[in-house]
Amino acid sequence: MPKTQTQPHSGAPAEDQSSWQEQIYPILKSSGIKHIAYVPDAGHAKSIESACADPEMQSVVLTTEEEGLGYLAGAWLGGDRGALLLQSSGVGNCINTLALQACARFPLLMLVTMRGDWAEFNPWQNPMGQQTEKVLNMMGVLTWRADQPEQVAPLLKGAATMAFDGDTACALILGQQLIGAKEWVQ
Amino acid sequence: MTTEALNRRAVVSTLLNNRDDLLVVTGLGSPAYDVMAAGDHDQNYYLWAAMGSAAMIGLGIATAQPRRKVLVITGDGEMLMGTGSLATIAVKKPDNLTIAILDNGHYGETGMQLSHAGQGIELHRIAEACGFDSTLAISQMSDVESLRDRIYSEPGLRFATIKVDPANQPRVLPPRDGVHVKNRFRHSLGFGTI
Repeated sequence: MPKTQTQPHSGAPAEDQSSWQEQIYPILKSSGIKHIAYVPDAGHAKSIESACADPEMQSVVLTTEEEGLGYLAGAWLGGDRGALLLQSSGVGNCINTLALQACARFPLLMLVTMRGDWAEFNPWQNPMGQQTEKVLNMMGVLTWRADQPEQVAPLLKGAATMAFDGDTACALILGQQLIGAKEWVQ
Repeated sequence: MTTEALNRRAVVSTLLNNRDDLLVVTGLGSPAYDVMAAGDHDQNYYLWAAMGSAAMIGLGIATAQPRRKVLVITGDGEMLMGTGSLATIAVKKPDNLTIAILDNGHYGETGMQLSHAGQGIELHRIAEACGFDSTLAISQMSDVESLRDRIYSEPGLRFATIKVDPANQPRVLPPRDGVHVKNRFRHSLGFGTI
């Protein structure tokens, strides 16, 4: 198995693993989202693949995560909703730029896949991973955390409501217990 | 013989002359003051922070409003902080976006320290390497005028470095209420508030 593959958390049936990933994109679409900005991550692979294959969706691959904050603010100025898909490490790249959302009250919907959170093999992920949610909260972003597959859909719907109906910066944290530990041994 | 450096206020006034339905984003600092000095407008979005984001905000507007022309006016220092966004924009390749850099080669807001552009880095060549349709280095007002005409008359993804006199101009401050400016911009396009 390639290193980018993940395995389900202990005890979860394989179909549960795929189902939460398959639930995300239809919820984004039904929330009226027309733009997906992303930095690639294995945990977001299904959503990225769906966005890139959807002619109605503007997919934007970023060189660094804070580009997505500017992009989505611009899309909102132009009348559209969007979401940012990123990994926990990328939250660190966004800190200063989050002033845009705080000062202009731009809606923001982030989906953050976690590293350095649980069962992490690479300790270099831990410093950012252990502070990701706190940093978001400190910058005024509301957060919800999904560690079980059944939590993903309701938490995402709720975050989208608060983002776009409330001009609020919101992040759904997709924990490593949900995503599965990254497999390093071939 | 040396040509006289362009006055940044005159450059911006020329770019925005009879601006029609142009949508404008400014980087923070002097470019925001320059655009404000040319006249406040509902379809201006001024930044006061988020340095490095002006071009990406322009991309977001240009993508959401494909039938409108979008002009980003920012400084060399602000663009340098978001250099990677030139790659992102070139991949997306909108045909209704122009990024105009008022390049004074300095960080004017913080005491006129030399920027990378002031030490030889040519931003338009980065845009060219990324694949922008048109990249220009401008040092004459006649070229600013022809850029202005092309923005309004021809589709394309453009990048122009406009060399300007580093002298600071009097500050003309745009509104600092980001919520107000955001809602004003959206309202002008027919979108409401929550």
